[in-house]
Amino acid sequence: MTMFFWALQLIFVPLVSPFFIGVVRKIKAKLQNRQGASIFQVYRDLWKMMRKDEVISSDASWVFRQAPFIIFAVTIISGLSIPIFASFLVNSLTGDLLMVVYTLALGTFFLALAGMDTGSAFGGFGSSREMTISALAEGGFILSFFVVALIAGTTNLFTIVETNIFLTAKFFLPITLAFIGFFIVLLAETGRFPFDNPATHLELTMVHEAMILEYSGKRLALIEWAAANKFFIFLILGANIFFPVGIAQTADFKAIFIGIVVLFFKAFILCAIIGLIESVMAKFRFFRLPDLLITSFILSAIAISLI
Amino acid sequence: MTIEINFFILIALYVCGAVGALLFRKNDQIANWWSGIMAIIGSLWGIVFAINSFLHYSKNIFTYDYSVFPLLNLSFHIDQLSAFFIFIISLIALFCSIYGIDYAKHFYKKYDLGVLGFFYHLFIAGMLLVVSATNGLLFLIAWEIMAVASYFLVVYDRENKNNIDAGFLYLIMTHVGTAFIVLAFLIMYVFAGSFDFTAIKAGLVLMPDFFKNTIFVLALIGFGTKAGIIPVHIWLPSAHPAAPSHISALMSGVMIKTGIYMMIRIFFDMFSSIPLWWGIVVLIVGATSALLGVLYALTEHDLKRLLAYHSIENIGIILLGLGSSLIFYSLGNLTLAIFSLAAALFHILNHAVFKALLFLSAGSVISQTHTRNIEKYGGLIKYMPLTAFFFLIGSVAISGLPPFNGFFSEWMTFQSLLQGIASTDIFIKLIFVLAAGSLALTGGLALVCFVKVFGATFLARPRSEIVKQAKESSILFSLSMGALATICLIFGIASGYFGILLTKISASLNIFQNATLFFNESINGSLITPNGSATVSAPLWFIVFALILILVIFWVKFLINKNQIIKIGATWDCGINLNERMEITATGFSRSIVTIFSHILRPSIQHEVEYNDSEMRFLHKSKIVRLEIHDVYQTYFYQPIHKLISILSSKAKSIQSGNINIYILYILITLIFILFLL
Repeated sequence: MTMFFWALQLIFVPLVSPFFIGVVRKIKAKLQNRQGASIFQVYRDLWKMMRKDEVISSDASWVFRQAPFIIFAVTIISGLSIPIFASFLVNSLTGDLLMVVYTLALGTFFLALAGMDTGSAFGGFGSSREMTISALAEGGFILSFFVVALIAGTTNLFTIVETNIFLTAKFFLPITLAFIGFFIVLLAETGRFPFDNPATHLELTMVHEAMILEYSGKRLALIEWAAANKFFIFLILGANIFFPVGIAQTADFKAIFIGIVVLFFKAFILCAIIGLIESVMAKFRFFRLPDLLITSFILSAIAISLI
Repeated sequence: MTIEINFFILIALYVCGAVGALLFRKNDQIANWWSGIMAIIGSLWGIVFAINSFLHYSKNIFTYDYSVFPLLNLSFHIDQLSAFFIFIISLIALFCSIYGIDYAKHFYKKYDLGVLGFFYHLFIAGMLLVVSATNGLLFLIAWEIMAVASYFLVVYDRENKNNIDAGFLYLIMTHVGTAFIVLAFLIMYVFAGSFDFTAIKAGLVLMPDFFKNTIFVLALIGFGTKAGIIPVHIWLPSAHPAAPSHISALMSGVMIKTGIYMMIRIFFDMFSSIPLWWGIVVLIVGATSALLGVLYALTEHDLKRLLAYHSIENIGIILLGLGSSLIFYSLGNLTLAIFSLAAALFHILNHAVFKALLFLSAGSVISQTHTRNIEKYGGLIKYMPLTAFFFLIGSVAISGLPPFNGFFSEWMTFQSLLQGIASTDIFIKLIFVLAAGSLALTGGLALVCFVKVFGATFLARPRSEIVKQAKESSILFSLSMGALATICLIFGIASGYFGILLTKISASLNIFQNATLFFNESINGSLITPNGSATVSAPLWFIVFALILILVIFWVKFLINKNQIIKIGATWDCGINLNERMEITATGFSRSIVTIFSHILRPSIQHEVEYNDSEMRFLHKSKIVRLEIHDVYQTYFYQPIHKLISILSSKAKSIQSGNINIYILYILITLIFILFLL
């Protein structure tokens, strides 16, 4: 039985993640008075790219060739290490919040290297920007998690979610502040407005797209898919760690079903906020971004001192 | 008794190697092989000695005391901590020696190989004596042997004038540090009446607080100079690049840790009460060193200087563990203090391994390209695939990414900081929040820096012709780098085991003798915090990750669209031919970080433009852009000191008349003065 739930957890992130990318796109389209592509378009794109031939730069080394696999595997193991719909599946071995943060950083590391590998001017600058943003986001990322870890008295994400003391009024303010801090990091790490425009190919502004410019075919599909996974993982973290409502605490199908439905609902709200931000805000100037990231860090620091 | 003999055999092996190298100096080849093989035997003996001590002895392994003349006793004491440091020294020395045999070959007919071997052996023997001596004078002698031998190794490549300057700076800084240490020992002597560490330990109990605090400050500065804390770190970035690469690996991996060793020895073994502010000072020093170290590393484009700055960063991380341990001890939480000290010890071990690996791989690159300038590299992965692979492992490990060892010691440090944040005192909480923030930021910036180094050195296209002549380095190079890379992985996977071992070592220190030690049984080789609030299992992570990776590769490559055709094409070039000047450079890569931290780094740009037509000033004939980073500590710390010393010495000049009679008068006055004083 437990094996079945673990298997479900294993395939859940890669299976569902493209859906939420589609949701954000749909929300944006609606806000821009467009019909927009179907929510499931992302799946079709992935399938299409999987079947295409590939062009690989003659300057590229094995780092470029193997990076997509590493990046994709990183998102899968991160998906295993976080509480998605069930907190009874206590993963005390890899489900540590620092482990998850640094595992995701491993993916960023290889993505940035792959961006530099082809010797294209775009890739190099994309990597430089991506690494700059993610380095500055690290402080806010870890500290915002430390807020919940302090309240729960553990750094294991499953136990944090299970503790479920977030509804007490005493912790309402710190949790909210930490969540805002985390949300800024979410936007930065997943390449959303105001940090990066996921839909642009304008060389002056692109960050994530610049790094993966040389990829095509299967490898591009893997990278895009991994980016979707990462986005979904951040949605789950934001939804479950800070608002652990409705998560299955016992191993029965009804509880798990509720867990999944509630997760979809919470993730949908987060997607709506992200879609709204992307429709009403302009991208920030690159050197304004540190201010935002430092804000995230300070919010979490204040949250910690309030506990 | 046998264990003592084993220890003296260990020292004798190095002395033998040193003397032998001098005897064989006439023949380069014999001298080189002799010193290499003797060092390998010595370090293997050291590893066996250390492991044997851990397995068969509990707390004190042996004490040896032999009085040469009053005050100077040949007294050695090996406990768990010393054995741990002997293990680190021997482990790194082993691979540096293997590497050194090949590396020294390009000194043939140029310099005296016997001298290199002599000082190399003396250097390692000095370090071994430093971590085992228990007499103040004997310790200072060992400390000097280590310092002087390493000085001669730094200036070994003496044709380059920069190396001589670097060596001089090193010599001055290390002796400034030693001066503080001597002062600290003299104060201890006044109260204990002896230089013997056990006597000092007893004497310190009765010492007034003022002198204890003075000793703390003196020791922190003195040993901090050797360890390379900011702002007394300036010798590090110039001495490490000057030395031959295997020496840099030893200096950066091991020698600077002897400073940390003595801090642990004095703070945790000699003192029995620790005021709270000591720990806070150490924590702040650690946080500053870590953050500034990595920021300066980002601005560097000299490969070995960059690695030297990363040593400063890692010393900072070690001090974060040490500082939190001191704080927890003052607060009375012994279990956490032991855990934090174990985190520091684990990072000492890990940093030694991956820094040695990085320096050896850097040396391998430099021996092929003959330049340390990262901007001149590019695309080396195609010419030196093995070196590139090992450097990549080193980079991943030093950036603290799983499953390599760097992550697990940083994890332990993070956990101890988190426990500090949980403290109820708002001031202590704030200090720990800042320390944790600085550690997180340091980790992120280290990642940027190693993407920069690896990308600019090994990836993309060659940026100069020298790269194209590079060949994969020799078998001994690859062997030693490969072994260190494997150790990085093994230490990471075995982190659960090391967690327990290092907890035992830190618990064996004098200060923790009343602590009740409890272990959480390690499940699946996982690393556990003392209160069981967090666990992380390296073996499981590694197995799951490897399985997923294999599965993904198999599925994507062989199951989906098997008939896919992969074409090799040129990088998208927007219609013009890409050349090496269009790639990103190391300077360009880190430029945005430098701009963001411009308040600290103070970058400056100077343009020198020559126009085709000086009247019109439209078309540039040539343009030179100089980017510079101003060292804050230079302007605000060293220059004022420099000025003060110059003023004082020019004042002192007035009593120097050049007349010999006056000088004799001075001597007379001094004599009378001293006679009155006595």
